[in-house]
Amino acid sequence: MTDLLSLFRTMVRIRAFEDAAEAASQGGVSWGGAATGKPGEVRVKGPLHLSTGQEAVATGVCAHLGPEDLLTSTHRGHGHTLAKGADSTKMMCELFGRATGYNAGKGGSMHIADFSVGMLGANGVVTAGLPIAVGAAHALKIRKTGAIAVSFFGDGAINRGPFLEALNWAQVFKLPVLFVCEDNQISATTKSAPMTAGTNAASARAQSLDIEATRVDGNDVEAVSDAASQLIAQIRAGSGPRLLHAITYRQKGHVSVDPATYRKQEEVAEALKDDPILRARALLAQRGLGEQAARIEAEAKAEIDAAVAAASAAPAPDAAAAYTDILTTGEGMWK
Amino acid sequence: MTDFATTNTANEPRVSTLTYAQAAAAALQEAMRADQHVVAMGEDLGRGGVFGQYRSADGRNLVDIFGEERVIDTPISEATIMGAGVGMALAGLRPVVEMRVADFALCAIDELVNQAAKNRYMFGGQGRVPLVARLPIGIWTASAAQHSQSFESWFAHVPGLVVVAPSTPADNYGLLRSALQCGDPVVYMEHKELWGMSGEVVHEPVELGRARVAFSAGPSGRTDVTLVSWSRQVHVCVDAARALAEQGIHAEVLDLRTIWPWDRDAVLASARRSGHLLVVHEAVQAAGFGAEVAATVAEHTDARVARLGAPRIPVGYAGSLELESRVGVEQIRQSALRLLKRA
Repeated sequence: MTDLLSLFRTMVRIRAFEDAAEAASQGGVSWGGAATGKPGEVRVKGPLHLSTGQEAVATGVCAHLGPEDLLTSTHRGHGHTLAKGADSTKMMCELFGRATGYNAGKGGSMHIADFSVGMLGANGVVTAGLPIAVGAAHALKIRKTGAIAVSFFGDGAINRGPFLEALNWAQVFKLPVLFVCEDNQISATTKSAPMTAGTNAASARAQSLDIEATRVDGNDVEAVSDAASQLIAQIRAGSGPRLLHAITYRQKGHVSVDPATYRKQEEVAEALKDDPILRARALLAQRGLGEQAARIEAEAKAEIDAAVAAASAAPAPDAAAAYTDILTTGEGMWK
Repeated sequence: MTDFATTNTANEPRVSTLTYAQAAAAALQEAMRADQHVVAMGEDLGRGGVFGQYRSADGRNLVDIFGEERVIDTPISEATIMGAGVGMALAGLRPVVEMRVADFALCAIDELVNQAAKNRYMFGGQGRVPLVARLPIGIWTASAAQHSQSFESWFAHVPGLVVVAPSTPADNYGLLRSALQCGDPVVYMEHKELWGMSGEVVHEPVELGRARVAFSAGPSGRTDVTLVSWSRQVHVCVDAARALAEQGIHAEVLDLRTIWPWDRDAVLASARRSGHLLVVHEAVQAAGFGAEVAATVAEHTDARVARLGAPRIPVGYAGSLELESRVGVEQIRQSALRLLKRA
């Protein structure tokens, strides 16, 4: 289903999830490391990297993937995980550090994953998902499954070596992989542009390896969906790798406790006018689907409220679980 | 997903004489025949690997037997060789990842330490990374500082990794077979100066985590000192044990074979019998794995303990400089005598 209502549903579910996660993290450790607020009220601890404002990219791409297609993500992976089909309650449980979370409380926000829908994990290391996606694509090709791999990464990732290695590898072996640069124009807390040589660097660097790349307005969910649809069809037909370069904007700080004072308020205010959800909502209203859109938003809010309630009530992992899922070989030796 | 059928091979030779390199190639070849999910990748594999460790005993390169899809020549991209190995493992294959020499694996350290080792734990058991990363270690004559290092303690320090260091052709066959059946990421460290060593190979897996007695103490069963080592240094320890025997000192040499998990029970038992434990390794002594073994024995027995490794210097090129990094028979003998208060 790639009609706008369906895309809108995914986007507003992601937004509701991010807003709720952010609310539950308020009062945590501040950017400078000092504790703020009452620790007992902080339900989401640790680094929380939000993708608020970037929902159209995850949504438009994942609309064309099935559970057999494999996905690697960034440290900002909630949206990708939800769009790939994960359950919001199990995700929220993980952010809350509960035993019932996807990662049994061992990963948290930065490592959110649902292998059952092919989502192989958010990653705490910039660019690390690309070589893994390339290997997954290589395996899918060898196993002749017909599935593809997709890797989301940010514009900051293209300045690390494994980006070049992974793209070269994918092209050399003609692998079924889509690279998606989610270009939010900022690398942690530094503008990407002055740190990156070349113009349209993500696309240009792919093209230098003869990998076809498409640039798209990453805040226009229909445009992302259309572009992804075409590229994914080419990949499924055996074209080898493709790159989608989606220009978007990170509305929040690098992590939830980062006030992002390194950015002018006017810049953020201007960018918020181009919010992908605002744009989709306006389009739906134009098309006479405003009421349905409002209902979808209310449903998303209710779904995420229920996820928060369930996560709040869920049990923490037993300390004994700290010693499981490390190694099978010689299990118990590290205690 | 399509699943490959697993077939058994018939008419395998059960015992043969092979070099250390050929033994590994035989182990890989037999594993690849038995399980279609096993693939190998790395630089120069098409020509049999830099050291011929991807060339079977009859001289054929494994790529000629299994094809380019399963024995994959890769670009010089260590990070992606290792990272792709992680992705392949997650997508249902069992990759053998060639790192040429351990020193170059440092270009793939995030992929090994942060990705492969952490996957299973971090994702709450959702993912498994059954890859074997081959990282040849050790001094390789006149190869100088960037081609001679032994990093086993680095990887033993990382939760989530298995670390293996075979010392004989038999073990290089048997331990690699086990590594290829293991569900965990294995850092498999072969010694570059052992590639040409020849020996009898029984074509059976060798259990990971079990030490081997490389040299037995005196016929009376009396043990004066336990020498613990692994990889190439085991052979030097055996020579030292022979030299000690000439002085009437009975040494037992234990070859750990697996650095993590290591056979604590066997080491503790021998140390309790002998009352004296000397750990010997080729790696730099400071913060080496010998420290872990010595400390564990000191914590659990009344044995006197000591360790012996290289000085904390890079391996030099000139023979005279390189020799400073080599732990020789005489050093081991002298250390054992000091431990026994007989020097």
